[in-house]
Amino acid sequence: MSAPLILGLSFGYLLLLFAVAAIAERRAAAGRSLIDNGLVYGLSLGVYCTAWTYFGSVGQAAKSGVWFLPTYLGPMLAMLLAGVVVLRMIRIARTYRITSIADFIASRYGKSPLLAALVTLITVVGILPYIALQLEAVSTGYALMTAAPAGEAAPAYGATAWWRDTALYVALALAAFTILFGTRHLDTAERHEGMVAAIAFESVVKLAAFLAVGVFVTWGLFAGPADIWARAQQVPELRDLGRLGAGSGAGGFAHAQWFAMILLATLSVLLLPRQFQMMVVECVDERHLKRAAWVFPAYLFLINLFVLPIAIGGELYFGAAPVNADTFVLLLPLAEGARALALLVYVGGLSAATAMLIVETVAVSTMVCNDLVMPALFRWRGFGARAGGELTGLLLNIRRVSIVAILLLGYVYFRVAGGAHELVSIGLISFAAVAQFAPALLGGMYWKGGTRLGALGGLTGGFVVWAYTLMLPSFARSGWISADFVAHGPWRLDLLAPEALFGVAGLDNITHALFWSLLVNIGLYVGLSLWRAPGARETSQALLFVDIMKRHHDGGEAPVFWRGRARIADLRALSVRVLGTERGGVLFAGGAEVAAGGALADARLVDRVERRLAGAVGSASARVLVASVVEEEALGLDDVIAILHEATELRAANEKLKSLDQLKDDFISSVTHELRTPLTSIRALSELMLDTPDMDDAQRDAFLRIVVAESERLSRLVNQVLDMAKLESGQAEWQNSDVDLRALIVSSIGAMGALFAERGTEVVADLPASVPPVRADADRLTQVLLNLLSNAAKFVPEGRGRIDVTLTVGARHLEVRVRDNGPGVPPADRAHVFDRFRQGGDALTRPSGTGLGLPISRRIVNHLGGEMWLEPDAGGGACFGFRLPLPAAPEAAEAGRTEQ
Amino acid sequence: MNRKRNTRLALVPCVAAVLLLNFPLILVWDRDVTVAGLPLLPVALFGIWAVLIALVALIGEARPVRRRPDGG
Repeated sequence: MSAPLILGLSFGYLLLLFAVAAIAERRAAAGRSLIDNGLVYGLSLGVYCTAWTYFGSVGQAAKSGVWFLPTYLGPMLAMLLAGVVVLRMIRIARTYRITSIADFIASRYGKSPLLAALVTLITVVGILPYIALQLEAVSTGYALMTAAPAGEAAPAYGATAWWRDTALYVALALAAFTILFGTRHLDTAERHEGMVAAIAFESVVKLAAFLAVGVFVTWGLFAGPADIWARAQQVPELRDLGRLGAGSGAGGFAHAQWFAMILLATLSVLLLPRQFQMMVVECVDERHLKRAAWVFPAYLFLINLFVLPIAIGGELYFGAAPVNADTFVLLLPLAEGARALALLVYVGGLSAATAMLIVETVAVSTMVCNDLVMPALFRWRGFGARAGGELTGLLLNIRRVSIVAILLLGYVYFRVAGGAHELVSIGLISFAAVAQFAPALLGGMYWKGGTRLGALGGLTGGFVVWAYTLMLPSFARSGWISADFVAHGPWRLDLLAPEALFGVAGLDNITHALFWSLLVNIGLYVGLSLWRAPGARETSQALLFVDIMKRHHDGGEAPVFWRGRARIADLRALSVRVLGTERGGVLFAGGAEVAAGGALADARLVDRVERRLAGAVGSASARVLVASVVEEEALGLDDVIAILHEATELRAANEKLKSLDQLKDDFISSVTHELRTPLTSIRALSELMLDTPDMDDAQRDAFLRIVVAESERLSRLVNQVLDMAKLESGQAEWQNSDVDLRALIVSSIGAMGALFAERGTEVVADLPASVPPVRADADRLTQVLLNLLSNAAKFVPEGRGRIDVTLTVGARHLEVRVRDNGPGVPPADRAHVFDRFRQGGDALTRPSGTGLGLPISRRIVNHLGGEMWLEPDAGGGACFGFRLPLPAAPEAAEAGRTEQ
Repeated sequence: MNRKRNTRLALVPCVAAVLLLNFPLILVWDRDVTVAGLPLLPVALFGIWAVLIALVALIGEARPVRRRPDGG
């Protein structure tokens, strides 16, 4: 097809992307966000599928059957853990305004600039081949589309002069797009609405295109998948593609490799800069994660459904012709003359590559700007934090330059190294590079003991091993260094051969590299972390990260680990300088007048400013900036623990206050409720009598009796409430004297004799002949006894009630039990019988009472140094008991002891 | 307590998936058998995959069960 057509289509597609992004930005500005739902979020995660998936999967499937799958099964495993791992990442990033993976790791280990720079460096080195791969795919696609119909083989890489190379122009156009939608705001914690919408749109395009070509091959060129497989059975090379042994040579199953691939993919979907960007930074609402957790795997499932049919179909179709299987998706429609489909597939491939390039460059440029360039600038004299001039523009420009630089570097890599390997092996090298972040990042989220030194050591070690075992051999394959080096190691030391370290052979190069690099990485991370205790800042950050879920659960605020003196005016000037006048000023509610007065900021404001700045320049740089305008105390480990302790205590005190407040509210509402009932009946009856002058005397008598009874109940209630209040506030007067409990019980039973007789209740008192005296207020103690007795009397059955009162003398105390043969306390209510206004039984059947008797009794007994309880199992009926301490005179107690 | 239990429950499908998709259980499907004309291994892998997706969808989309507040 003609070059102008393809070029026009390519740039038309990019324009469409611009339009989608622009619409999304406009909708967001109008408050109707397009991306604020789980489906779009899930689709935007589809940025995982790059040109590698789009072209490379088929190539890999043609060679080794189902071996393309682990790369997509890994994300499934990661998404199964979304609610545990990803949610934690999102919450941490949201709380501390973390905008990149470098920032995440650096922030966890005490906001270390060195660590941030190291992570950035690893990312850039590891990701460049991946970027080159996308450009290569676009360039290959263009070459195939514009090639003469007969020319089936792809033209040699780098054959075109650079100024005629589409890949260069695609790179530049993408740089423009990325700059427009990726660097609009400074604070990356504020999402890139337009970019996310465009990426979700691209996900749909590439899926539709791939499904279209899949259907075309499966049912257009063949008679369905079964037909393809049946024909493949006739070809010896294809027969094994349905088995695990395919591609591994000997026919055995390289399970270590399978496992490594799945592990690699699981880690990559969490740790690749673009995945982190989409999944964590651009997450609008953590609730969307639930839907994305199945939408994203379902997306991967669909996009892989036709990989095998296309791969096998392509092999059958082209037979012995020397065709690169990576290009089957394009070549099959082209060879069949399906021009429209070929164009669609080309656009799909373009969308797969551009989505990756856009998000990856946004993510990496943020890292480069915040973690490499800015720290260097801050160190430069004359650029210190106190120097004037707004930084907003400068920061954005640094990002824009880094976007262009990253894309151009990727292009250079593609020109120099392109075509040396299949797409898949390049992608896996990048995967293995970002997998090095796993110990520091995942470990740091769950293990408080991980230290900066451990993270630095682990990352460096892992990266060096990665470079030695994967990067160098790939250079050797490109012919830049001698192949002999790979085969026999440096200085012909076979033990150091990069792809068989220490003689570990039999693994493929990726598994081998992953094993050694992660071994060294984890070993150094854990070893160095245990070797040296962490500093104060590392400890405080570790606490903030690891406990994030707990805090979220308790709704508590994080402690602020900062002490010092900061003037609000200085902080304000700093945030205005970094964030701009409008956004920087928002933080300071008091406005200019507060700032002008030289007022001091509290730790919480300093923390807020620092977090806000972290969103713009990264936590490490924000730390440096804030430290430069305030006078701060260097915190020691003891201080960190003290602050944490304070925060915990404060939270506990707050919770206690809150619950007391709640209690008071409940109390007031119960009291008013209890007062209203008798009041209502008194009022109703009085009104009735007032309105009916000719009421007969018997009726009036009965009514008046009720009024009197209810009034008595009211005054009893008021007395008890006052009593309770006095007891609770500790203002009750106690007139303690030596009290003979036995005599008290006898007189209490006597006082209630009339009531018992009326209801036909038998009272059996089992009392020793004499008991030692206790120190108590006799009236209060009588109150307790009367309460227990009247309680029991209320619940026993009419006519055959029985109440047992026992008094026993122990070594140090007297125990009283009041047992009845009533219905007992239902298990559900047992815990609450001593709560105020909790009466046994439901509202309809329960006897009249205030619901304050038991709580008051318990309080009195507690005040006298004793305790009151409900017997756990009284065997039918309820049994309340209490115990009062005897004065310290053991002989006297022993003398009066009587066994039961 | 409840939260911890939920976290542990969430691990169950993940552990199951790790086992199902790895050596040695994956060897169960590695044989020269066809299902409806298709090789067993890819069919089984895609099948397990689909079941896992359905499982995540079921768990994620289920309305949270409202527990009656405790108390008497």
